[in-house]
Amino acid sequence: MYELICIGASWGGLSAVGRLLADISEDVTLPIAIAQHRHPGALEGTLRELLALQIRRPVTDVEDKTPIEPCRVYLAPPDYHLLVEPGSFALSLDERVQFARPSIDVLFESAADAYGDRVIGVILTGANEDGAAGLARIKARGGVAIVQDPRGAERRVMPDAALAATVADAVLPLEEIGKFLYGLCVTPAVTQR
Amino acid sequence: MTSVEPSQSARPAGGEELEDLELRLLLEGVFRRYGFDFREYAPASLRRRVWRRVHAERLGTISGLTEKLLHDEATMERLLLDLSVNVTAMFRDPTFYVAFRQKVVPVLRTHPFTRIWVAGCSTGEEVYSLAILLQEEGVYERARIYATDINESVLDRARGGVFPLEKMREYTQNYIRAGGTRAFSEYYVAAYDGAQFQRSLIENVVFAQHNLVSDRSFNEFHVIVCRNVMIYFEKKLQDHVHGLFYESLPTFGILALGHKESIRFSPFEDRYEELDNGEKLYRKVV
Repeated sequence: MYELICIGASWGGLSAVGRLLADISEDVTLPIAIAQHRHPGALEGTLRELLALQIRRPVTDVEDKTPIEPCRVYLAPPDYHLLVEPGSFALSLDERVQFARPSIDVLFESAADAYGDRVIGVILTGANEDGAAGLARIKARGGVAIVQDPRGAERRVMPDAALAATVADAVLPLEEIGKFLYGLCVTPAVTQR
Repeated sequence: MTSVEPSQSARPAGGEELEDLELRLLLEGVFRRYGFDFREYAPASLRRRVWRRVHAERLGTISGLTEKLLHDEATMERLLLDLSVNVTAMFRDPTFYVAFRQKVVPVLRTHPFTRIWVAGCSTGEEVYSLAILLQEEGVYERARIYATDINESVLDRARGGVFPLEKMREYTQNYIRAGGTRAFSEYYVAAYDGAQFQRSLIENVVFAQHNLVSDRSFNEFHVIVCRNVMIYFEKKLQDHVHGLFYESLPTFGILALGHKESIRFSPFEDRYEELDNGEKLYRKVV
């Protein structure tokens, strides 16, 4: 069974992330960690407030050692890398990776290291190649790799790079990713008997 | 030769991955051979930093690095830099310095003499920032800053006071937002590609090696600044360091942490009150 959904987005990500989260059924109880590229001086809390208007899940700006709990959405704070440890998050100020902090690669790779094949990685729109190596790591560890269909993405560089780096389990238009996650994460009651 | 790439079949269910084992052996070797204890550092960042060194040394595995550094001190020194240099910036989080001016400086004015400990000072950006702030507030003359780090060579860089010229634009913006009262360029002269900061800024600074993991408290301080250092530590080590700070502060002593750090959930949570929660400034009360 899966334990964590990781989402990476850059250019165009603010609306794409909001849309995707709104689409994910409340029956999906996995925690969701998000690395969205932002300006280093971006105001703390603005992305959280923005998302809180669109979705009913609680949204948290991660602090050092914030525990990972079901149903919650966790945001990488501006100008920190967000990393996953078993059961909690960690932060770092290490050098930017691919000019980015938070880096999607750092989030995805640490999630794959901590949770192995129980991670689902989702790469959305973006104008750089961050996230490709991270998604490949998730896939190499047996997790699930999902990429937004580049043809419909606001910027296709990031999904294109992810598809070049690994064989995705699903390439989907933004509006279908939520449904796909539901299928992955929610076992129909009838099969549980 | 056996592949080191973890594979589904080779992985014992719920067991330890090979890479985790290699990392553990490396940290044990570093500790036993050189005395530096990184065993309770948070693994996710540590693993990235170790791999960066593995690649820089053109090696293929963490075990390869272990072998090399056990026999070669120069390799160990390079790894030590990778593991202990925390990236920071002058006047990082400008609002912290605004709060320091407003809430800590008035307290400092009430003391005839002030001792400040910057723990884990790395290359010194924060030390120079604080010195500038204290000078501008007129309290530097009766203050002493103890700037410590585990790593002797970063202390040398901090003593040198040369920072990359290309950072000055960012630092100037930070300085202005931090409530700076002068022109930031008055504090340094450009030399080649470096900005040499005024020597007078470190007149009252004592740079010294100190290891938060293994060394004891060495004085009592009115203020301890330790920002974005403990984020690289595991919880248990964090608690240990909080104990060290608690011992080193008098009642009403002030502890400053990074924006994303908290004293909550530490065993010392109840011993402090918030001076400014957003800025993670705490005052010891019990």
